[in-house]
Amino acid sequence: MPSFVISEKCDGCKGGDKTACMYICPNDLMVLEPNAMKAYNQEPDQCWECFSCVKICPTQAIEVRGYADFVPLGSSIMPMMGTEDVMWTCKFRNGLIKRFKFPIRTTPEGQANAYADLKGKDLESPLLSTQEADGVTLPTPAV
Amino acid sequence: MALPNKPVGELKAVRDPEVVEKEVDILIVGGGMAACGTAFEIKKWLKDGQSVLLCDKAAMERSGAVAQGLSAINTYIGDNAPEDYVRMVRNDLMGLVREDLIFDLGCYVDDSVHLFEEWGLPVWKLTDDGKNLDGKKGQKMGTLKSGAQPVRTGKWQIMINGESYKRIVAEAAKMAIGDDNIIERCFIVELLRDAKVDNQIAGAVGFSVRENIVYIIKCKTMMVACGGAVNIYQPRSVGEGKGRAWYPVWNAGSTYTMCMKVGAELTMMENRFTPARFKDGYGPVGAWFLLFKAKALNGLGENFAASDAAKAELERFAPYGTAAITPTCLRNHLMLFEMKEGRGPIMMDTVTALSDMGKTMDKKELKHLESEAWEDFLDMTCGQANLWCAQDCEPEKKNSEVMPTEPYLLGSHSGCCGLWTSGPDLDWVPDSFKIKAANGKVYNRMTTVNGLFTAGDGVGGSGHKFSSGSHAEGRITAKQMVRYAADFADFTPTLSQSKEELVDMIYKPVRTFLDHCEYTTAIDINPNYMKPNGMMYRLMKATHEYGAGTATYYQTTTKSLEIVMNLLATMREDCEKMAAGDLHELMRCWEIEHRIWTVEAHLRHIQYRKETRYPGFYYQADYPGQDDENWFCFVNSKFDPEKKEWDVFKKDYIKIIPD
Repeated sequence: MPSFVISEKCDGCKGGDKTACMYICPNDLMVLEPNAMKAYNQEPDQCWECFSCVKICPTQAIEVRGYADFVPLGSSIMPMMGTEDVMWTCKFRNGLIKRFKFPIRTTPEGQANAYADLKGKDLESPLLSTQEADGVTLPTPAV
Repeated sequence: MALPNKPVGELKAVRDPEVVEKEVDILIVGGGMAACGTAFEIKKWLKDGQSVLLCDKAAMERSGAVAQGLSAINTYIGDNAPEDYVRMVRNDLMGLVREDLIFDLGCYVDDSVHLFEEWGLPVWKLTDDGKNLDGKKGQKMGTLKSGAQPVRTGKWQIMINGESYKRIVAEAAKMAIGDDNIIERCFIVELLRDAKVDNQIAGAVGFSVRENIVYIIKCKTMMVACGGAVNIYQPRSVGEGKGRAWYPVWNAGSTYTMCMKVGAELTMMENRFTPARFKDGYGPVGAWFLLFKAKALNGLGENFAASDAAKAELERFAPYGTAAITPTCLRNHLMLFEMKEGRGPIMMDTVTALSDMGKTMDKKELKHLESEAWEDFLDMTCGQANLWCAQDCEPEKKNSEVMPTEPYLLGSHSGCCGLWTSGPDLDWVPDSFKIKAANGKVYNRMTTVNGLFTAGDGVGGSGHKFSSGSHAEGRITAKQMVRYAADFADFTPTLSQSKEELVDMIYKPVRTFLDHCEYTTAIDINPNYMKPNGMMYRLMKATHEYGAGTATYYQTTTKSLEIVMNLLATMREDCEKMAAGDLHELMRCWEIEHRIWTVEAHLRHIQYRKETRYPGFYYQADYPGQDDENWFCFVNSKFDPEKKEWDVFKKDYIKIIPD
């Protein structure tokens, strides 16, 4: 189910410091053609359909068409990413539409607690830094 | 139109790349869950003056097996005992596992899950009156750490709203280690041993898939966690659909190959995973079996797994087959038996399951149930959701087919191949499970190469870690690497190869391409070289036909193994002539090199183990059935980088946790 880029909608992320789909694709498939300033999927048969490019595209220019070898034409699923939820629109081949909304995170983006100030004390103990801070005692197997 | 004999990619490769040399104390290779664990933990222990660097082939925000998201965390100990976790893993993997590593992991994994929830991962909660709340509504119940109850689908699994799981985990990891200590789109392809100190890691080399740069990085100690191996057997879908691998298609066996090539010992490489999944879309079945209590039916509509014949078959594999939870490979075995007897295809009875559940639900609850079923796919296998849409399949109205996939190699899911690593330096761990470094000290999760660590899919003999366990294991290695680097503070890594030799090795496919590409009029057909795509098909065809692929219902024979080993030897010779016209293709060249070595290790182990330990995953037809008398042991192997020779041998299994 390879991703594809809608020519009219893609502007190559010219306003940004990087091409979003190219930045995110875990398999290095999305590339920018610098003359047309538009992106494309350079190896569709290696697409995992992870939707990372679809979700990150700032102009909603990327969608997915089902794998030719087993997916009938006419359906689509599209995510709309919010800060707390994702809304999916699932369109069936017969026209039926289902919508689902799921939470994606409970904290504001960019504010995960990295425990930057936490320093471990005993390098020889088996405890992880947060376990040491919590005063955890590791169990020994009952044998 | 111009002749098609020019490189096609956007980022052309040049003959002489720029070289960037770096030296750090600690190098992290990989950016998935395990490496994010290491990145989060490392600076908590790093001493003044010590340095660290992380190299990821992709972008950490969406790299590794969790890139797409997950709908569950499969390992959360909670109120269970770690001893029972060991028992579960041991039984699922037919008795042969590293119990020290599994118990040890069980002591850490919940701490990582608690962090995920704190960072913002929505975790489902159970109300006092037994209702399920999603991760947003469930916040009012408090956190897991504060004692709130998760929604369990099985004894070990908890439900999450995990679309952004990896983004959340990567965010904390990147903030903790610092952007200056991360190089993304840097594909490390070979590890380097020290020129002066025997059996000591000294660095790694790789290249940028964005610019013509070769990286040469020296280090005192290193963690390699680049996932398992995918696209090593011909997949059931061979057109566009071959990207729809069950495990991430970018996992190229890099962990196993890079470590084995510097002499690190492997264990249980014969183990593999061929998960039964929804046909073609490879959507997860776990929630359907566990949460919705669905049954798999054969072509005659029979619940074959509950039949007397199935029970009798499982008794042949006692005590594993007769345990309360049937091992994954034996569940496949029963399914394959039906298919081979002409009673296929296997169907998941989603209609009855949802109808039965709906009997005790009101309309709103029913709607929520439908939403849960779809979320299971949309969180982690979007394509399966689209396949249902394309087939006009509503699970409450139409059943879906289930099929065992092509084989995968991994060490963190329901498989246990990987590196032989040290257990923790604790009294209850047997001496033979402890690996001593040159100073006589034991470093948890260190391989048999001094200073070289691994985690996640890399650690052998210790399956069922999943996402959370891999993260926790990465954290374990972080502390051990800081300790190693501190203990060996006086060690200065020295490389035996010159800068030029290393660049020649990494960019060989580019030079081969540039030397010959104009000889013919079409870029992919040239007698002087082979493109990585062609080599991928050659590998898949060989393993498919001879190496217990789907072509033979996962069966191989001694003679077939002999043939495939010869084919692999030729492939390795021809890999010397691989060609890359652009940086993406250079990445594919090195990936196929990694895949071929990993497959060779897999098949050497299958060749050596003269029994069929995992029926349903593979069958050695000359040695059917389990032979506990001779083979109730680990099979380990080691490639000698000096002599270029393999050694495959038995290693004693030691039972730590009683039945």
